[in-house]
Amino acid sequence: MQAEASRGLSVKNKLLVLTGLAAVMAALFLAYGVDDWSYALPRRLKKAAAIVLTGFAIALSTVIFQTITNNRILTPSIIGLDALYNLLQTIIVYAFGGMAFLVVNKQANYLLSIVLMMIFSTLLYRLMFRRENSSIYLLLLTGLIFGTLFQSGSSFMQALINPDDFLVVQAKMFASFNNIEYDLLALSYVLIGAVLLWYWRLSKYMDALSLGKDHALNLGIPYERVTRQLLVIIAVLVAVSTALVGPITFLGLLVANTAYQFLGTYRHPALITGAALVSFIALLGGQFLVEHVFTFSTTISVIINFAGGAYFLYLLLKENRA
Amino acid sequence: MIEARSVSKSYAGKKVIDGVSVSIRPGTITSFIGPNGAGKSTLLSMMTRLMAHDEGEVLVEGRPIGSWDNKELAKKLSILKQSNHINVRLTVRELVSFGRFPYCQGRLRKEDWAYVEEAIDYMELGPMQHKYIDQLSGGQRQRAYIAMVVAQNTEYIFLDEPLNNLDMKHAVGIMHVLRRLVEEKGKTVILVIHDVNFASFHSDHIVALKDGKVVREGTTSTIVTQEVLKELYGMDVPIQEVDGRRVCVYFG
Repeated sequence: MQAEASRGLSVKNKLLVLTGLAAVMAALFLAYGVDDWSYALPRRLKKAAAIVLTGFAIALSTVIFQTITNNRILTPSIIGLDALYNLLQTIIVYAFGGMAFLVVNKQANYLLSIVLMMIFSTLLYRLMFRRENSSIYLLLLTGLIFGTLFQSGSSFMQALINPDDFLVVQAKMFASFNNIEYDLLALSYVLIGAVLLWYWRLSKYMDALSLGKDHALNLGIPYERVTRQLLVIIAVLVAVSTALVGPITFLGLLVANTAYQFLGTYRHPALITGAALVSFIALLGGQFLVEHVFTFSTTISVIINFAGGAYFLYLLLKENRA
Repeated sequence: MIEARSVSKSYAGKKVIDGVSVSIRPGTITSFIGPNGAGKSTLLSMMTRLMAHDEGEVLVEGRPIGSWDNKELAKKLSILKQSNHINVRLTVRELVSFGRFPYCQGRLRKEDWAYVEEAIDYMELGPMQHKYIDQLSGGQRQRAYIAMVVAQNTEYIFLDEPLNNLDMKHAVGIMHVLRRLVEEKGKTVILVIHDVNFASFHSDHIVALKDGKVVREGTTSTIVTQEVLKELYGMDVPIQEVDGRRVCVYFG
């Protein structure tokens, strides 16, 4: 700790810098070019509320996932959670046609997505850890294969439906804050709140978990129980953010790694706070660009994927050199 | 006391440990020796719950290892594996402080820090305690990991090939530290060791394993003999006495 303090800004001050930046972004997002405050402000506040929730869910889920896999270039999307979401949405359109999302109850669709993703990750875990000595990598690989299966299933059905219906599906596949399901916002806050309470009980294990399985066991952590629960928590976080705005877990890679690099700490409370703040900055800033620079000609996921992709390449090259 | 009672372990139908019974004498250094693939590390992992056993039982103070509370067991025994790659960037001091996790669940109190300080001093890591682990040499890094285990302050300390990749000075240094832990702190040390001579010079008790079975077990002088080593490694190993200690001359 003394060492940390001597190297430039302390972690606390770095978090304050991030908080400041996030506040500036929020102010810009809420107040830029407003003509009619009573019209614009409530709408923008609602949008900001969705952005903050999504950003937080993605940051938290990615940091947890990277800790239990001991790998910093993975996001939960590798185990096929968002592919499962895509598949479900495609099946709904396939079954009910282009008007599907008007026909199908939104809350029901939402809860179904979440429950399915939770069941999927639990099953995946059961499947893998029924046999002993199965490593987390086997779990990832199996998830990857299932993800590909789901994706192929979606592609197949998308090829069969008519082009108009396909546009409806496609709109669901890209993350966007321009058509957030606001009806689901309150429910989402409740769910994330509940999951956060659950995570709270496990949070003390996180730092020690990042040392790897053997060290974690040596230090008396009930490893299997804790990782199984964390995986379900990740599933809920991913499900909520995906159902709210669409698949955007790539953002997690960006924000988690920025937090690790910028903060230079292994402590999870700081890492999660940092990743969440970076996430707010990226999403609020990105959405600001979408609305005022690109005037809605692109979606935020395009911007995030572009920035995230560039950063990912940078990471790979850097790791390669080390 | 920790003992394994006829434990077995199979991988894909092949028994890597076959009905092994071993009991560890408190207050000694016990070495597991044997050729590659004898099952030394597997046995060590099963005796420390890193790995489950298929048959038999592992008893810690007379109780099956599986019935222990995780936290309590982590105060009783510690295990350091041979590959210690950690993905997180930690300073020596931060690493050592993790040893206190079973006692404070990550919220170190004053007395926990006292243990951390003591472990750092004990392993002579004071001058480099604020350095990052990845900046250390192999010998220093191994000492840092052992310091973590020292801070964990368990009665039993299991080490899987702690001398791997160390030069002779550092290897001997580690063995002396382990001896001090036994003499000064009354610890019990159990290690997997590759070099018979290190086992011969520094352990009180040796368990010789081959093909998943215990070939011989006993005090160092009864194991380091031409006859036992021939049975174990399948080659003639001339043994010389140097200052009353046995050296195996297996190089030519």
